Formats: sequence, C-alpha cells, structure tokens
Amino acid sequence: MSLIGAVLVLLGAAEVIVWALRRRPAGGIDPAILETFRLRVHFWWILLAALAAAFLLGHVVTVVLFGLISFWALREFITLTPTRPGDHRALFWVFFLFTPLQFVLVGTGYYEMYSIVIPVYAFLFIPARIALAGDYKRFLERTAKIQAGLLICVYCLSYAPALLLLKLPPLANGEPDTGGGVRLLLFFVLISQLSDALQYAWSQLPNKHVIVPAINTTRTWEGLLGGTVSVTLIAAGLWWATPFHGSNWWMAAAMAAVISLMGFAGGITMSAIKRDRGVRDFGTLVEGHGGVLDRVDSLCFAAPVFFHCTRWWLLWQLAKN
Amino acid sequence: MDTNLVRNFLALLARFLSGASVRWIDSQPDTCQRVYFANHTSHLDPIIIWSALPPRVRMLARPVAAKDYWTKGPVRRYLANRLFGAILIDRKEIKVHQSPVDLIIREIGHHYSLIIFPEGGRQTGGEIGEFKSGLYYLCKKRPDLELIPVHIDNMNRILPRGEVLPVPMLSCVTFGPPLWLEVGEPKTRFLARAREAVRNLKEIRNEE
Repeated sequence: MSLIGAVLVLLGAAEVIVWALRRRPAGGIDPAILETFRLRVHFWWILLAALAAAFLLGHVVTVVLFGLISFWALREFITLTPTRPGDHRALFWVFFLFTPLQFVLVGTGYYEMYSIVIPVYAFLFIPARIALAGDYKRFLERTAKIQAGLLICVYCLSYAPALLLLKLPPLANGEPDTGGGVRLLLFFVLISQLSDALQYAWSQLPNKHVIVPAINTTRTWEGLLGGTVSVTLIAAGLWWATPFHGSNWWMAAAMAAVISLMGFAGGITMSAIKRDRGVRDFGTLVEGHGGVLDRVDSLCFAAPVFFHCTRWWLLWQLAKN
Repeated sequence: MDTNLVRNFLALLARFLSGASVRWIDSQPDTCQRVYFANHTSHLDPIIIWSALPPRVRMLARPVAAKDYWTKGPVRRYLANRLFGAILIDRKEIKVHQSPVDLIIREIGHHYSLIIFPEGGRQTGGEIGEFKSGLYYLCKKRPDLELIPVHIDNMNRILPRGEVLPVPMLSCVTFGPPLWLEVGEPKTRFLARAREAVRNLKEIRNEE
C-alpha cells in the first residue's frame, strides 16, 4: 500500500511538471513530445486506479477496467484494419461476445477455459462466420487480421488482470498469501512502464544505433540494452520487495528482463503494423483519440509471457515445498 | 420518464457506441437557426450528428427523416417523435400542395435548426452522392438559414446498409464553416458547391 502511495506522489509530480511546461510559452521542449508525455501520464493514472481498485475493492473492478482498455484497444486496431462488409457479423461477435467472455473467464480464474477460448474457439469461429457471409475476396488476409487483433488486444492483455488470481506460496508464518496476486500485477505494471520509460531515456544518448530503421527510428540498441539492464538491476536490488522474495534475487531480475524484452517486442511489432497502414500512431488515426493501443503495446506482449513464467515458478515452488 | 434525461443518456450512449470524436473546423457551435447537411451512409447518422452537438444546441436541432422507416414499431416512433423531434417526410407520396420543403419550413418556424442528408438515401460506396434539389428550394424560400456542412467518417463500417447490429469502431464527425445560397446562384452550381464543402472536410481529415 505504501508503494501505491509513492507512485501516487510520483504521478502527482509528473502532472505538475506537465502543467508547468505547458504554461511556459514557447519553451525549449518539442510540444509533440510533451503531448506524448502528457497522454502517458494520464494512462498511468488509469493503471494506478486499476491497481488501487484491486487493493480496495477486490479483483473484479480491476478485471473490468482492463476489459474496457482491451475493448478500446481492439476498436483502434479494427478501425485501422481494412475490413469488408462481409466481416460485419463476425466482428459483432468478436466485440460483444468474445471480448467480454474472455474477461469474465479471467475474473472467475478458470485457467483451463480462458487460456483457450480465444486461440481455439474464436480462432475457428471467425473464418467460419466470414465464409458464411459469402465474401471470399482476400479471405485469409481478412480473417488473419481480425484474429490478430483479438489475440493481441484482448487475449494477451487479459493476462495482466489474470495475475490477480494466481495463488502464491504461503507466507513464512504459514498463513496464505492473499495479497500476492495484487503484488504480482503491481510488479508487472511498474516494471513494464519503467522499462518503457528507461528504454526511451537511454535511446536519447547521442551515439545512436537504430535497430530497424525501416520500421522505427527511435528504437536503438542503446535504448534496448540500457533499458533492460537498468530495470533488471532495479528489480535485483529491490528483490526483497518483489513477489519473488521467497526465491532467489535473480528470479526477480530475470522476470524484469523478460518483461523489458517482451515490451520492446510489442513496441516494434505495433510500429510495423502502423508503418504498413501508414499512420504515425493509433491515436491520430481517428482525430482526437488518445491512442490506447500506443500505450498498451508493451503490456500486451509482456503480460502472457510474464504470466506463464510466473505460473511455472509457482509450480516449481510448490514442488519444492 | 423525464425526456431530457433520456435524451442526454441516449446522446452519451451514441457517443460511446460510435466512438465519435467531434471537430469544428473554422466553425463554432451556435444556437442560431442552422441547417446541418451531411453525407449519409448509415441509419445512425442523424443520431450521431444530433449527439455530437452541445446540449443547448442539440435541443434545437431536428433531423429530417424518412417516414416509412421511423414510424415502424413503437420504439422508432418514440425515438423519432418524442426524443429527436424528427420531421418525417413521406418518400412515397409527394403531394403538390404538401411539398416536403413547405412542411419543413412550417415545422422549424424561426426557432429550430435542421439536420438533413441531401443525398436522399444512404450511399454504399466511399463517394458522396449527388445532392437532391430539396436543399436548394429550402434555401430559396429561407435564404437567411446558415448552412453547416458536416462530414461523418467511418459510420458505414459501424452500421452498414442492411445490418441491424452495430460494430463499435471509431468514427469522426467534422463540422465545417457556414455557407449561404448566393443571390441568383443557379441550382446545379449551388448543389455542387454544397457537396464540395462536405467533400473538403473529408480531405482535411486525411491530410492530418
């Protein structure tokens, strides 16, 4: 809880800085960068609200909040994707059946169901429904786009709130660790956002080696390595405060490295999609929207992998005891 | 039930479902008597424009809609008559002494604004269809009305022709600068100019 308080103070400070910089007439800072930062701070408030809700009101509110974020990200993804009138009915079920269903299943903690309902059932349903509509033009391409949108925006992101329902090993005094899931989610969100920020900061170094110039000119080797090493060190140094304190210090460090690398993978993948569609970010696609997908790309890629690693770690802990 | 409450709720719901962002380009919302004319691709179009207006302006705006569609069933009738105050036009029987333009002018008086779709019906292709002459005759009788071009983007994907259930993609409503019927302006030139005004708003979107 004190950690949430600390984050609250930090976010408050960030908000004040944004406010002060915006008031300064023609300051030395590029207004586009400032606007990006402002939107990112707003997104952090939403994440903080989701985490605080998990502490105060239980996991249901957090699952619903992530569900809404998923819903909005999927809207942006599908709006960007060229679909044909024949996809309409399939899309209806994607938005109003599979998306809510995934989060309901996550909320019940029924792992055997929520881990397959989209990769198996939705995966098969979408092409069948489109085929029934009778439009075969670019069939495989349209099907794949809708499946990819559903998998990235809904399935992958739903693994973040799913962390809340993981059972951690009992505490040293033998009592069950009830707040463990919340700490896992907090660890995940903090590390992934921190690694985003640090990767950005490291890539500002004057000596730049851009990784994939054709796709994204801001992602450099300096940013990737510097950011990943930084968050890994932070997690290793603070390992006693992480959910992995019962294990070795390197467990926390390894988890942070995984989150950081997957976050990078998410960012570069979304950049490739945006490049293909010829937009700078999902926010400018339809005028006036915040670009939720630009904010959650790293979370989408890191969440399922972090969840999976953590689950294995838990099984290993259980076998050890 | 309190009609105003239902109205505000419905406007919020429409805004959420259509994910509509609203822009005013070289134009401001105003309560003066206006004609909002827009491209038409979906049954939701009148509701989207109506909900995109600020509440005080919204109360004065009355959509012009097809009688055969909006009098089918009690829900549509309630929406059209009680909530939107729609002016319903009979598309099938147009009588000489009861022309739609006269009806519209009588209904709006010197108080209400209009939401109209001069293409006459919903278009399926990406292009904006030719405007019907009703807009011209309306302006000829009431040259004092301010004409506001409106462009609705992406609604054809949210609720295409022939579909009942909407898919919640994102859309954008753009209001443009006002124009008027010039003195002695020929019908075809005026209608082409009005259509061009809506088209321009679409182009602005794509440039950004």
